[in-house]
Amino acid sequence: MHPPSSMTPVAPQPDAATAPIAPRSFDQVIASYQPVIGLETHIELGTRTKMFCGCAAAFGDEPNTNICPVCLGLPGALPVANAAAVESAILIGLALNCSIASWCRFARKNYFYPDMPKNFQISQYDEPLCFDGWLDVRLPGDSVDIDGNVEQPSSVRIEIERVHMEEDTGKSLHVGGATGRIHGATHSLVDYNRAGIPLVEIVTKPITGTGERAPEVARAYATQLRDVIRALGVSDVRMEQGSMRCDVNTSLQPIGASEWGTRTETKNVNSLRSVERAVRSEMCRQAGVLDAGIRIVQETRHFHEDTGQTTSGRSKEEATDYRYFPEPDLVPLAPETAWVDSLRERLPELSAEKLARLQTEWGLTDKDMAAVLGAGAVQLIAATIAAGATAEVARKWWLGELARRANADGVELEGLAITPKQVAEVQQLVDRGSLNDKLARQAIEGVLAGEGEPGQVVAARGLEVVSDTDTLGAAVDAAIAANAEVAQKVRDGKVAAAGALVGAVMKTTKGQADAQTVCTLILERLSAS
Amino acid sequence: MSTITRDEVAHLAHLARLAVTDDELDTFAVQLDVILSSVASIADVAADDILPTTHAVPLTNVLRADEPGTSLNRDTVLLAAPAAEGGRFRVPRILDAQE
Ligand SMILES: [Zn+2]
Repeated sequence: MHPPSSMTPVAPQPDAATAPIAPRSFDQVIASYQPVIGLETHIELGTRTKMFCGCAAAFGDEPNTNICPVCLGLPGALPVANAAAVESAILIGLALNCSIASWCRFARKNYFYPDMPKNFQISQYDEPLCFDGWLDVRLPGDSVDIDGNVEQPSSVRIEIERVHMEEDTGKSLHVGGATGRIHGATHSLVDYNRAGIPLVEIVTKPITGTGERAPEVARAYATQLRDVIRALGVSDVRMEQGSMRCDVNTSLQPIGASEWGTRTETKNVNSLRSVERAVRSEMCRQAGVLDAGIRIVQETRHFHEDTGQTTSGRSKEEATDYRYFPEPDLVPLAPETAWVDSLRERLPELSAEKLARLQTEWGLTDKDMAAVLGAGAVQLIAATIAAGATAEVARKWWLGELARRANADGVELEGLAITPKQVAEVQQLVDRGSLNDKLARQAIEGVLAGEGEPGQVVAARGLEVVSDTDTLGAAVDAAIAANAEVAQKVRDGKVAAAGALVGAVMKTTKGQADAQTVCTLILERLSAS
Repeated sequence: MSTITRDEVAHLAHLARLAVTDDELDTFAVQLDVILSSVASIADVAADDILPTTHAVPLTNVLRADEPGTSLNRDTVLLAAPAAEGGRFRVPRILDAQE
């Protein structure tokens, strides 16, 4: 249980006693401590309407245009739960191998904060809709088992504590302070369009024994959770738009100690990559504090994308008294077995089986598949194949050039401004011989830069391969003439030396030639003479 | 015997954002205690075979279809707000100055 993400203000308070303490290096942390992590993930459901009223659950509408007496908490208004939202939550629970409660209630979480006009949020407390599940998470490369031994099976089972339903809060704009921060603001402006949009919160049990792979495990879990939920079609699960939000709990246990350390909860983690970074930086920070003989304060911390560090939020002890009680305006949920079974039948082929099938279809080794999973590229590759590319080529693009671009820009693969269809189109141009690899990368670059469809980029940038044999022939002749010694080596049977001539031709054609064709032309000329 | 302390009343008052004077803390502690012990007497008659009543009407699964309804007109709603700006509700500073 914790406050809604917008409740804890971003206040740059120095940690009481810890401000000047330098973090430890990651290796130092691992030498002395065992990390325990946990993730609380909020998923905004993709229903048409809000959780308890008929207002549109839309993203990006004019402020306060999707509000009504129910989501404004006006006197006398009564909430009624959205059937599609309840079904989506049950689907998520089933996909995460949870038990579904036969009877459960909503609860009021009371707090004063302007992001909820009612001064409470409808959530679930001690009776979650779904509980006791698990998700097997695959890791790139060698992996750790739950006891910390390095093993071959690249998989860690993440236990799911609970999956419950609640409503989202409104959005605040802070005015008068520095760059929209709450700290120093003179007043705030609130938009309640988001207030009441259905949320599902997924809470893991503490994840222990992952050692140095803890940051990686956190990211792999978030990635796979996103993929599972996307496959269900119940949310667009986009972290950059806030429809998936991860809070990361981290604590350190000195090796050999029997009790866990005090944990902190890191919020404002806005990408899969940052889930990993947040765990890593919080581990290093906590180790620095503990090594200085200071205790860890249980608190909310805020992750900063730019620095990769966390800073202290408000101390959690102040704010935990939410006085939950059963929501009197809603009747209990009692999903009947028949209903749950019918939902179970709607589950798409998921996770383990589906991944095993794709791995076979795509002809990947375990290690290749783990890399695909780690990059969060399963759906992108599948869509590229569906658009006409081969598995090999689709994987090459997404894990090669595009992964490099995404990494350089600090975005997820799916955040790149290119669609699987466009990638497949570029590859078709390569297959037709219109582009070579280098030109294809330039075409990709053009698409990413917003220059249009691959065909338009190729036309605008003049990226066609020089296939005119007269032009190529002249370039080849010039290269042979200019490199007489190399040419003689080739004539003497050192075919490998032809590479230098190919390079010279590529240079004069500014890379716009097909290397294979050039090589053939060179060898023809040098064996004929 | 008082089971609810003055400090607890002060804490609750703070959580409910109620300004309560020192005198009132004493008064309310006594009064709340009477209420709590009266309600607690229900425990004397509650038996294991009596299920807790969770709702006035014994219904479950009252759900609505995911169909859009009518939202309110923004200008009308904002007229009822103490202050508005740019189509949004304007609220006072959220953090205290020392925060
Ligand atoms: Zn509404």
